[in-house]
Amino acid sequence: MLGIDFLGSQFWPLLILLCPLAAFVVQIFIGRFLPRKGDWVSLAAIGISLLISVACFAQVLIKKDPHFTAGFPSYQWLTAGMFTIKMGILFDNITAIMLVVVTLVSFLVHLYSVGYMHGDIRYSRFFAYLSLFSFSMIGLVLSNNLLSLYIFWELVGVSSYLLIGFWFEKVSAANACKKAFVTNRVGDFGFFLGILLIIFFLGKTEYGEVFNALKMSRPVDFTEGWLTFAGVCLFMGAVGKSAQFPLHVWLPDAMEGPTPVSALIHAATMVAAGVYMVTRLYPVFTPDALLVIAYVGGFTAIFAATIALVQNDIKRVLAYSTVSQLGYMVMGLGVGGYVAGFYHLWTHAFFKALLFLCSGSVIHALHSQDLRDMGGLWKKMPITFVAMTIGTLAISGFPPYFVSGFYSKDGILGATLALVMERPQHFVLAIFGFLGAAFTAFYMFRLIYMTFTGHPRDEHKYEHAHESPWTMTVPLMVLAVLSICSAGFFSGSEWFGDYVQKPESAVVMAHVPAGAHEAVAGSEAVHEGGHSTEHAAHQYAVILSILIVFISITLATLTYYHKFKKISAEKIAERLKPVYNLLYNKYYIDEIYEKFIIRPVVRFTKLCSRFDSGVIDGAVNGTAKATVFAAFATGQHDLKVIDGAVNGVAQTVIAAGKGAGMMQTGRIKNYFAWAVGGMVCILGLIYLLLLRR
Amino acid sequence: MDYLSNFYSNPEIIKYLRDVFLGAGAINQSHILSLMTFVPFLGAIIILFIPRQNKDLVRAVAVVATGIPLLLAAQVFWVFYTQGGAQMKFVEMYDWIKPFNIQYFMGIDGVSAPMVILTALLGFICIFASWNIEKGVKAYFALFLILETGMMGVFCALDFFLFYVYWEVMLLPMYFLIGIWGGPRKEYAAIKFFVYTLAGSVLMLLVMLAMYFNTNIAEAGPNAAQHTFNLLLLTNQNMHIGILQNFDMRLLLYIGLFIAFAIKVPVFPFHTWLPDAHVEAPTAISVILAGVLLKMGTYGIFRISFPLLPDMAQYTSIGLAVFGMINIIYGALCAMAQDDLKKLVAYSSISHMGYCLLGMGALTAAGMNGALLQMFNHGTITGMLFLLVGVIYERAHHRNVDGFGGLATKVPVYAGIMGFAFFASLGLPGMSGFISEALCFIGGFEHDYLHVITAVSTLGIVITAAYLLWTFQKIFLGPFNNKYDNLQEINGRELFTLVPLGIIVVILGFFPSIILNIMGGGINTLMNIISKGAGHWSW
Repeated sequence: MLGIDFLGSQFWPLLILLCPLAAFVVQIFIGRFLPRKGDWVSLAAIGISLLISVACFAQVLIKKDPHFTAGFPSYQWLTAGMFTIKMGILFDNITAIMLVVVTLVSFLVHLYSVGYMHGDIRYSRFFAYLSLFSFSMIGLVLSNNLLSLYIFWELVGVSSYLLIGFWFEKVSAANACKKAFVTNRVGDFGFFLGILLIIFFLGKTEYGEVFNALKMSRPVDFTEGWLTFAGVCLFMGAVGKSAQFPLHVWLPDAMEGPTPVSALIHAATMVAAGVYMVTRLYPVFTPDALLVIAYVGGFTAIFAATIALVQNDIKRVLAYSTVSQLGYMVMGLGVGGYVAGFYHLWTHAFFKALLFLCSGSVIHALHSQDLRDMGGLWKKMPITFVAMTIGTLAISGFPPYFVSGFYSKDGILGATLALVMERPQHFVLAIFGFLGAAFTAFYMFRLIYMTFTGHPRDEHKYEHAHESPWTMTVPLMVLAVLSICSAGFFSGSEWFGDYVQKPESAVVMAHVPAGAHEAVAGSEAVHEGGHSTEHAAHQYAVILSILIVFISITLATLTYYHKFKKISAEKIAERLKPVYNLLYNKYYIDEIYEKFIIRPVVRFTKLCSRFDSGVIDGAVNGTAKATVFAAFATGQHDLKVIDGAVNGVAQTVIAAGKGAGMMQTGRIKNYFAWAVGGMVCILGLIYLLLLRR
Repeated sequence: MDYLSNFYSNPEIIKYLRDVFLGAGAINQSHILSLMTFVPFLGAIIILFIPRQNKDLVRAVAVVATGIPLLLAAQVFWVFYTQGGAQMKFVEMYDWIKPFNIQYFMGIDGVSAPMVILTALLGFICIFASWNIEKGVKAYFALFLILETGMMGVFCALDFFLFYVYWEVMLLPMYFLIGIWGGPRKEYAAIKFFVYTLAGSVLMLLVMLAMYFNTNIAEAGPNAAQHTFNLLLLTNQNMHIGILQNFDMRLLLYIGLFIAFAIKVPVFPFHTWLPDAHVEAPTAISVILAGVLLKMGTYGIFRISFPLLPDMAQYTSIGLAVFGMINIIYGALCAMAQDDLKKLVAYSSISHMGYCLLGMGALTAAGMNGALLQMFNHGTITGMLFLLVGVIYERAHHRNVDGFGGLATKVPVYAGIMGFAFFASLGLPGMSGFISEALCFIGGFEHDYLHVITAVSTLGIVITAAYLLWTFQKIFLGPFNNKYDNLQEINGRELFTLVPLGIIVVILGFFPSIILNIMGGGINTLMNIISKGAGHWSW
C-alpha cells in the first residue's frame, strides 16, 4: 500500500499511539484557545491513527499468515537489581484487528461528538479526554508485556472515569464515575496479583517469554494449582473491565456519561479490553481456569439478559445487553471457542457502537431516555430507525446470512455445545447460552418496537423530534454498513480464521484426567472443522439458535408490535410480580453491595478511626498523663515528705526556740527561779542515776 | 599515601572503606554537602540581623538561602546521573572531637542522594508556600532555615554522632514552627511531636553508645581498643567486639534502633503524633513533615539499621513487612473515616509509608529500590497534596470534606491539579507513585515468606482509590455549593509551588530509570553488606 511497509519498523505503530497523546496534551492545555475549541486537533489525530491502522490492517490482510508477528525490539524501561522490565510493541494479526476496531470506533465517536457535544461548556476538555482514552486503549493493544498492559489498563480506567464523570454536576454522574473506577480497581487488584504471581514464578513479563517459560521451563513449585490460581487472578481484571458478574454493577451506571462515551467506552472498546486480555494471555490459562471463565461468562450472559428484558431506560437496556454480550465473549473463550469469542468482540464492537449512537440520536431528538416516552419515531428519524434495526438484527443473531452477529454468536454457541457434548456435566453452559440468545432477541425487538413503531406516547416530545445533523448520522450509516460487512462480506466467519488461530496452551499438564483436557483444549474454534463432534455441534447450534431467535422475535412482535398486541406484557408482569420486581431491580445487587459491603466497610473505617484516637492515641496520651501524674506525685512527695521532713525539723526547732524564748522574760527573779528549778532537776537526776545504784 | 591514613593507622580499615564505600574517590575536594547544609544556617543568621519591618528582605534571604542548595542539588543529581550511585561521593572528613574519634564525616551515595535532592527541592518550594506568613516573619524563616540545615545534615552525615546531632538540631525548630505558627491545638501537637521524637532519640543514643563501645578499629587487638562512630566502619562485622557478638544483644539493639526510627516513619502503633502534628502545622511545615521528616525514619533504617546489624535485618524482615502491611491497610482505613481533609492526607501518608516498609522488609533489590523510590515519590506527591490542602484552607478557612461540593465548576484548574495529585497518590500508572508501589509489591513477592502479606497489602490500592475518589467527589463534583461563589482560583505563586512537583511526578512516571539508576548502585552496596552479614543468621 502506497509503497510503504507500515510494519517494517516501529515508526508507524508508534505514530498510531502517539498522535492521540499529542492531541491530549494540546487539548488539555491550550484547547480552549484554539479555533473551534480544538476539536479538529483530536479529530485529526485519531484520523491519522485510523488511516495508519487501516493501512497496517490491509497489509496484514494481504499477508494472510495466521502466525504473522512483526518482530520489534524491546527497550529496557527500568531495572531494580536483577529485575528488569522491557517495553516494546507487539504487532500481530490480533493487534491489527483490535487497532482497527479501536481507532475506527474512536474516530466515528469523535465525529459524532462534534454534533452531540456542541455548545457544551467544557467542549475542548471532552475532546482531550477522548484523545486520552484513545491513547490508552491503543497502548493497551500494542503492549507486549504484562506490566505495560497493566499500565495502559489503568489509564483506560482513568479516562473512563473522566468521561463518565464529564457532567459531574449531576450527582448520579459523580457517583457513577467513582463507582466505575473503584469497582474496576477491585478487579485490578486480582489482575495485579496475577501479574505478580507470574513475575514471581517466571521472572518474565513479556507475553512470548512468559509462554515459552511456561512451556519449556516451568518451575516445579509453579504447580497447576498455582497456575490456575494465577489465571483466575488475571481473569479478575477482565471481570472488572469487561463488567462480568459480580463486578458488572459499574457499567449500567456508567451510562450517566454522554452518549458518545457510552458508545465508545462502554460498548465497543474499553469493555472489550478484558476480553482482549484473556485472548492475549490465552496460553497461560489452565483448563480449570478456563472452566471458571466459561461459567462466569455464561452466567453473566443470561443474568444480564434477563435484567434487560424489563428495563425502561433505552441506554440501560443497551448497557445490560452489553454486559450480556461480553458474557458471551468470555464464555466463548472459556469453552475453547477462541476464535469465536474474539470474533464476537470484533462484530459486537460495530453493532453495539451503532446501537448506542442510534440511541444517542433518539435521546438528542427527544431529550428523554425513557422508552415509555417514545413510539412512532420511525417517521421522524428514518436513518436512525434503519440503522438501529440493522444493529438489532445483528445483535439478535438474525439468520439471513448478512448480519455479522449471527456468525460470531453462532460460533460461541457451537463451541459451547461441543464442550457440553464432550462433558455433559457442564450442560448448564449450553442452557445459559441458548436461553440468553432467546432473551437477547426479545429485549432488542422490544426496544425497537417501543421506540419506533406504534403511536407516540408523548405527543409533545414527539412534535419536537427531528433527525440528527449529518455529523451524527454519517457515523450511523458507516457503522450500519460495517455491522453488515464486518462479517467479511457475506462469507461468514471463514475469513477470520485465516488470521486468528487458537494458540497452543502453554500449560503442559502433568497428569490429565481422561478426556477432560481434550474436551477443552480440543474443542477447537468451530470453523476449523476437522473434529467430527464439533462439526456436529456446530450444526445443531445453528439450527437451534435460528429456531430460538425466530420464536423469540415472534413473541416480541406479538407482545410489543402495536398492530398485534396479542400478549399483554403488563398482565404477565402483574402475574409474575415477584419475578418482575426482581428483574426490574436488577436482582437487588446494588442494594446488597450497599448493605453488606459498602456500609460495613464504612462503619469499619469509623471503628478504626475511633480505635486510633481512642486506644492507640489514648495509650500515648495515657502514658503522657501517667508521666505527668508520676511527676506530680514525685513533686508532692518531694514537697510533703522530703521537704516536709526538712521543714518539720526546722519547725520543731523554731517551736522549741519559741518555747525557749518564752522563758526569757528579762526579770532576774524568773531567771533565778529557773536556775534553782534547773539545779533541783539536775541534782534530782544525779541522785536518781548515781546514788540509787 | 592515602588521605585516609591521616585518620586511621590501621591499613585494613582504609582498605575496607575504599573497597566497599569510597572507591578511589578523593576526599575533602568538594564541599558541596557542607555548603548545602550550612548555607541555610548562614541565611538564618543573616535574617536575625535584618530589621523586623523588612519582611520582604527576610523572604528574599530565605529564597537565596534555599535556592543555593537547590542549585547544588542539581549538580549532585547530574554527577550521580552520569556516574551512578554505588560509591560515596562528595566526601568530607575532618576530625571534630579527636579524643573520641568523632568526625565531621559527610558523604552521599545512591541511597542518600535522592533524599538530599528532595530536601533541597521541598525546602525551596516551601519558602514560597510560606510567603503569606505575617506573624513573626523573621523568626519563622530563621527557624525554617535551621530546620533545613538539620534535615540536610541527617541525609549527609556518615558519622553516627554527627547524625545524632543533626537529628536533634532538626527537632527544636520543628517544635517552635508547629507550636507558634500552628492551628488551634498547636501547643498540644508540638509537645507531642517533640516528646515522642525525643523518646525515640534516647533509644538511638543508647544504641549509638553501645555500638561505639563495642567496636575496635585498632590494629593491636582488643587490648588497645579504639572505638568509632564512623557509620561506614561500623558496618564491618570483623571489628565488632563485646556485646555485638551476642545474638540477643544485637537483636535488642536492632529493636531499639527500629523503635527510634519507627516513631519517625511513623510505624503503627507509634503514629498518632503524625495526624495531630500535620493538622496543626502550617502548610509549608506539613509539607516538610510529610515530605522529608518521615523519610528520615526509613532512611535511618536504610543507612543505620540495615548495614550495621545486617543479620538482624534478615532475622526481622518479616516483622518489618507485617508492620508495612498494617500501615498500608490500617492507614488507608483510618484515612477513609476522616472528615478533615488534612487529617485524611496525613493518614494516607501513614498508608503510603507502609509500602516503603513492605519493600524494605522484602530485602530484595526490587523491594529496596521500590522502597527508596517510594520515599522520594511520597515526598513529591504528598507534598503536592498538603500544598493543595493549604490552598483551599486559605480561601475557605475550613477543611471539612463534607463542607464543600461541586467546586470543580468554580475552580477548574485547582480541581484539575487536585485530581492529578489524587491520582498520583492512588498509584496511577504514568505517574511516579505507581512504579514505586509496584516495585515494593514485586519485591515482597520475591521474598519466600511474604506472599500472603504482600497479597493482603495490595488490597491497599483498592481502599486508597475508594477514599481518594470519594473525597474528590465530595469536594469537587456534584451540584455547586453556592456558599463558595466567591472562591478564588489558584494563583500564580501557588501554581509555582505545585507545577515543578507535578512535572517530576510525570517524568518519573514515564522514565523511572532516571532515578532508579542512581539508587540502584547504593542499594547494591547495601545488599552486598546485608548478604555478607547474613552469615550469622539466615531464614
